[in-house]
Amino acid sequence: MTLSTMTLIEGHKPITPAAGIPVWDIDPYDAELLRNPSAYYTRLRELGEVVYIPRYSVLAVGRYETTRQVFSDHENFLSSHGVGLNDFKLEDPWRPPSIILEVDQPDHTRTRKVMSRALSPKVVKGFADLFRDTAEQLVDQLLAKGTIEAVTDLAEAFPTTVFPKAVGMKDVNPRHLVDYGAMVFNAVGPDNALRREAMSHAGEIVPWINAACTRDRLTGDGLGAMVYASADDGTLTEAEAGMLVRSFLSAGVDTTVTGIGNALWCLSQNPEQWQALKRDPSLIRPAFEEVLRYTSPVHTFGRTAGRATEIAGFSVEEGTKVICVLAAANMDPAKWGDPEVFRIDRKPIGHVAFGAGIHGCVGQNIARGELEAVLGALIERVDRIEPAGDPVWRPGNAIRALDRLPITLIPN
Amino acid sequence: MVKVTYVAHDGTRTELHGDPGDSVMSLAIAQGIDGIVGECGGSMMCATCHCYVEEDWAEATGPRMDGEEDMLESAACEVTERSRLSCQIKLTEAHDGLVVHLPEEQV
Ligand code: HEM
Ligand code: FES
Repeated sequence: MTLSTMTLIEGHKPITPAAGIPVWDIDPYDAELLRNPSAYYTRLRELGEVVYIPRYSVLAVGRYETTRQVFSDHENFLSSHGVGLNDFKLEDPWRPPSIILEVDQPDHTRTRKVMSRALSPKVVKGFADLFRDTAEQLVDQLLAKGTIEAVTDLAEAFPTTVFPKAVGMKDVNPRHLVDYGAMVFNAVGPDNALRREAMSHAGEIVPWINAACTRDRLTGDGLGAMVYASADDGTLTEAEAGMLVRSFLSAGVDTTVTGIGNALWCLSQNPEQWQALKRDPSLIRPAFEEVLRYTSPVHTFGRTAGRATEIAGFSVEEGTKVICVLAAANMDPAKWGDPEVFRIDRKPIGHVAFGAGIHGCVGQNIARGELEAVLGALIERVDRIEPAGDPVWRPGNAIRALDRLPITLIPN
Repeated sequence: MVKVTYVAHDGTRTELHGDPGDSVMSLAIAQGIDGIVGECGGSMMCATCHCYVEEDWAEATGPRMDGEEDMLESAACEVTERSRLSCQIKLTEAHDGLVVHLPEEQV
């Protein structure tokens, strides 16, 4: 069979798994499964180091060591074929590929340097006052309401206020930012209802996003301007600078919205951990790391075997898509001992919620800075966070977020 | 086995034994050395794994990696010509006996 006559599955090459790899007939992108995935994570780890999923003709990994290893092995497992099920070399992606997330070395090194400089701890410290003042104002307003829907009122409200300011965007449309994130992240899954629903907004949102990334739509003092400075000095072309600003908007909103929502869920479900945090504010940063480990906002991303290689001794043919279930790895008892327990003082260094290796999240300092501000404002003002109804999870092909989280904030 | 000695800011020396492929950061975290935080897990995004490589070992550990210089600018303590991000030093047999000094603070 030649490539041109081969029938692709979800835009990638079907494979014949090596003998001995367990076969599991499951749909890991089923909406019901995604609402309540913990049994899937457990079974995936139990089945073996690597599992074959015939429905999509992909391999899947979920044990900690193997997942981390595959996800960070940028020489054998590439990103340039897309980090979802579609193979960008065989089928055109829905948008021009990201020039940081969806490229390999050496191209990656140049763009990554620009982005890591713009998002360094030092730069992010400069946003501390903005983050803090905004969080304090928002929490004061919400305390006046008492019972809130934490996803829209807080988890979405905070990043959509501060992040466009940090980037220096002149155009403001919180809804478009959140919905664009949903498109980007659902696009890495199969062509299912989740992906189609998210994509149905593309016609309206994509042109808005592209326009918002151009130089004249950005202020001279934000993260966007720092990226455009690299176009001025010749490191990037003007178009590349726009693409990297687009990466801020793709990856920088939905993720932190999810991080904040998931943190509030963890703390409202574990009141003794909330009290422990109030007693010892130095645990704010470690508490967020534990939220990341415990809830893995990005639950699954993929890689593509760039050559014939192996996983845990099983041969893997070139072009194989491997889905790396980061959330399963972050819940692996072999690594964490008691992964089902949410413990703010665990200090889970090595969790893979931000990925690992050369593509490890370049925006992690922003995420930590935002969470530090929100949790800091909350512990100073709020005595208790009580559930005010059942939390509802929103299935996503890559993101595990809450859809609704009714809670009551009880002031000090 | 590769022996690495970590010298804390107060002069306390701790000897650890790692495997080739470990980083100076990951070995320290696995064994609970206090003076290295390693918040980003080795993605070169945090500069909380700053260390000073003892002079005799400068050659064996090699030059800084691409991008390391930039991230060192975010380090909490003074950066000298011996400064490295310990997550970027991957141990090989040639590092047996390596000595690194830790800064007073990482954040
Ligand atoms: C809780 C919040 C966040 C989570 C859980 C998260 C998660 C991740 C993960 C898992 C990756 C690795 C992707 C891969 O290796 O294929 C990644 C990469 C990335 N993230 Fe984040 N992220 C978050 C926040 C942010 C923010 C705030 C920004 C922007 C300011 C951002 C920008 C990026 C970019 C540009 C990449 C690609 C880096 C590269 O390929 O070198 N992220 N993120
Ligand atoms: S561990 Fe973060 S830069 Fe080394």
